[in-house]
Amino acid sequence: MCGIVGLFLKDKSLEPQLGTMLTAMLVTMSNRGPDSAGIAIYGSDSDAKSKITVQSDAAEIDFSGLDLALKAAIDTPVSIRLKDTHAVLELATEKVAEARQALAELRPTIRVMSTGDVIEIYKEVGLPKNVAERFEIAKMSGTHGIGHTRMATESAVTTMGAHPFSTGADQCLVHNGSLSNHNSLRRKLRRAGVTIQTENDTEVAAAYLTWKMQNGASLGEALENSLDDLDGFFTFVVGTKNGFGVVRDPIACKPAVMAETDQYVAFGSEYRALVNLPGIENARVWEPEPATVYFWNH
Amino acid sequence: MQTYDLESDGLRGLNSSLQALAGSTNKTQWNIVNPRGSHAIAVGLDAPIEVNVKGSTGYYCGGMNKQAFIRVHGSVGPGCAENMMSGTVIVEGDASQYAGATGNGGLLVIKGNASSRCGISMKGIDIVVHGNIGHMSAFMAQSGNLVVCGDAGDALGDSLYEARLFVRGSVKSLGADCIEKEMRPEHLEILTDLLTRADSDARPEEFTRYGSARQLYHFNIDNAY
Repeated sequence: MCGIVGLFLKDKSLEPQLGTMLTAMLVTMSNRGPDSAGIAIYGSDSDAKSKITVQSDAAEIDFSGLDLALKAAIDTPVSIRLKDTHAVLELATEKVAEARQALAELRPTIRVMSTGDVIEIYKEVGLPKNVAERFEIAKMSGTHGIGHTRMATESAVTTMGAHPFSTGADQCLVHNGSLSNHNSLRRKLRRAGVTIQTENDTEVAAAYLTWKMQNGASLGEALENSLDDLDGFFTFVVGTKNGFGVVRDPIACKPAVMAETDQYVAFGSEYRALVNLPGIENARVWEPEPATVYFWNH
Repeated sequence: MQTYDLESDGLRGLNSSLQALAGSTNKTQWNIVNPRGSHAIAVGLDAPIEVNVKGSTGYYCGGMNKQAFIRVHGSVGPGCAENMMSGTVIVEGDASQYAGATGNGGLLVIKGNASSRCGISMKGIDIVVHGNIGHMSAFMAQSGNLVVCGDAGDALGDSLYEARLFVRGSVKSLGADCIEKEMRPEHLEILTDLLTRADSDARPEEFTRYGSARQLYHFNIDNAY
């Protein structure tokens, strides 16, 4: 069992409240997954700049002077914003790949949570309420966001085992369920040159979608393909820079409820997660059909 | 009329109050306000009372019901009226997975759609769905009646025993050992009664009956121990 929440805003006036709304939804899903939690927030786009969100268990040591060290290593301005065990590095988009290589050498214990123009991912072990508070998620604004509360089944309870998983720029995926063919698919994707950091089943699903999209598929097409190539139980919620998608396996035993109004599209593992959203009384509320791809774009 | 605010007074107090009502009581009318998708609302009741839930619920609403009449003015999450023994549960909206699962008796009416596994392993309950039902409905259903005024999803009635299935619309596919059967006068009689009690104006003669072909392994006497 795990909990998923997602919010894709259509009404720009709600953007300053994205973090507050998503945090409330996430905390409601605590008893579906009390061991760890994570949130991906898609914030505002700044021209020609990208973000690398990093994590360290020894944040004080690893983040100290990191911006200057990175700047010296890749010869470009780097800004750093610290948030507990995470930090967001901002730098020129064309320098991101170089920066990742330099990070691995400068600070080998740092883990990259996400890269992209707008995405920031925060995830840690602990109760969802505590995780959200540590990273001050409620203060964040954005266009869309996805949250996950984890009850681990397929890999250890660690920061890297928490969701969301990001395997491509501005992409992320959260999962309720378990995949049974993730080992063979991981080998296949690694042979195709895809980087997969953990032994977790969900990261394989994220990497699979990234791989499909790298080869020209749209988010919708990649999700359609996942129904043929992924074996197991899954309800996925996926984010891209401009998009938000949902798909459930054909058996569809992992719960899902969606709501849509003129202001937003919302996802919850249970209806409880949606009850505080504005205008929920008059929203179109439905259960996503099995083996059916849903996605929205800005 | 008793009014119970779930948000301020909590779930445990509600179910213990309702479960304490046995035999004759003068507290026969209950309104539950602010359900806000909570789980296990009005479960394990055993008294001839009327409970109105004013909003949508989470998992297991009306589970294990005996005698009570429960009406949900909204939609219900998974496992509504699971293992109901008697009484009535009416859902004005939609129902999530496995509504009426393993029900032994009573009547479950869903005015909207029900999703997958509706009536799975039903053992005598009557279920009337005004809309459509999802895949794997009435899987291993043993007895009782499942009436669907709309369409049914994949694998309807897989490994069915003696339950009767009536569908007005299309059936996406039939499960193993489930076949179309002749609608005889006694079936029309059962269907007419259920549609009337479920407040549906669908005409019984528009329905098709499905049931077990009794061809699976355990129906063969030579396979008995």
